[in-house]
Amino acid sequence: MSDKIKFTIDDVEIEAEAGQTIMQAADAAGVYIPRLCAKNSLTPHGSCRVCTVKVNGRSQASCTQPVAPGAKVESETEEIKAYRKSLVEMLFVEGNHYCMFCEKSGNCELQAVAYRLGIDAPKHEYLFPARDVDASHPEIFIDRNRCILCGRCVRASKELDKKNVFQFIGRGIHKQVAVNADAKLSDTDLAGVDVAASSCPVGAILRKRVGFAIPVGQRLYDAQPIGSDIEANRTDK
Amino acid sequence: MTKPKVATTSLAGCFGCHMSILDIDDRILKLVELIDFHKSPVTDIKKFSDRCLVGLIEGGCCNEENVHVLQDFRKNCDVLISVGDCAIMGGIPAMRNGISLKECFQEAYQDGVTVYNPSGKIPSDRELPLLLDKVYPCSAVVKMDYHMPGCPPSADTIWETLVALLTNKPLDLPYELIKYD
Repeated sequence: MSDKIKFTIDDVEIEAEAGQTIMQAADAAGVYIPRLCAKNSLTPHGSCRVCTVKVNGRSQASCTQPVAPGAKVESETEEIKAYRKSLVEMLFVEGNHYCMFCEKSGNCELQAVAYRLGIDAPKHEYLFPARDVDASHPEIFIDRNRCILCGRCVRASKELDKKNVFQFIGRGIHKQVAVNADAKLSDTDLAGVDVAASSCPVGAILRKRVGFAIPVGQRLYDAQPIGSDIEANRTDK
Repeated sequence: MTKPKVATTSLAGCFGCHMSILDIDDRILKLVELIDFHKSPVTDIKKFSDRCLVGLIEGGCCNEENVHVLQDFRKNCDVLISVGDCAIMGGIPAMRNGISLKECFQEAYQDGVTVYNPSGKIPSDRELPLLLDKVYPCSAVVKMDYHMPGCPPSADTIWETLVALLTNKPLDLPYELIKYD
């Protein structure tokens, strides 16, 4: 038991195992840190920066930053909350997010994080980018209008499905998720049961013919904010 | 003391948000104790003749008339509120933003499978407002003071927001009342 590491998040003492990330230790203690690209079963990516915290005064992505003894982590400060809000608002204006008819609405992590952060409308100018839809696959489609480039599909396909169906191409504003085939999603070996097909936090990669199955009011984030499941395990109460 | 005035309009919207305003049901009787409706589809008053405290804007701007109406509201209202996702981000009409105007016209008046238009002409009467190149969120045209998301925002959201504003109290909406769909 001597390898337990003690540190604090917003002055709450947290006990962690050596080698854990700040996010893993926070989750175990029932302290929710907002995130989009991080998913338990996947290698941390550190790309969305929504999980940014301050560790001893320096900004770090909590999904990639290992715990350190005595570290003073700040998460729910006004400064960091404003920073997260701005990041999520930028994701909304950078893509084409039409929540009103999206199949993922109510179960969407981007939307749920925005609700949790209290975003009424993005402050930034909408870009209305031209993005495409690939519906060639019999079971799955990609709508790049909704993609936030979290890379979960890329990692899930590589790490869990052992297939490498998805990959990033391009840089900066031109970056997008491409498929590992000459042309279309139907040319890849993606199967409907693949983890990559259900790893998308938004409505960019979805199964066909199951949209709108759950009525409004019973969807994942209709009544409970995202992170409620983690907070239910709060240990310091 | 005269009651503050509230004006409303539907720009490039579907009137769903106005239906949601009416969905406050009998609370509308309490509302008219607090305010008078001025220029609005509810009263059919066409022109501003008085300063308004609040302007409720449904829909984004898809044509020049929408822009003129919105600018008129900005001039005549102290507080402008975007009501619903179309006012906030363009909404369903903004789906045309990735398509050129020419293609939109061709599809609507010439090539669409259900089009009946023997002359093949695209309407160009000068009485018709010119379409903008894109559908713009209201905040891209004038300064909007507050945003009420939803498609439409629920009647409870609209009620709570208006009452908080009119009684000068902070607005603390429960989680269930802020939704983007």
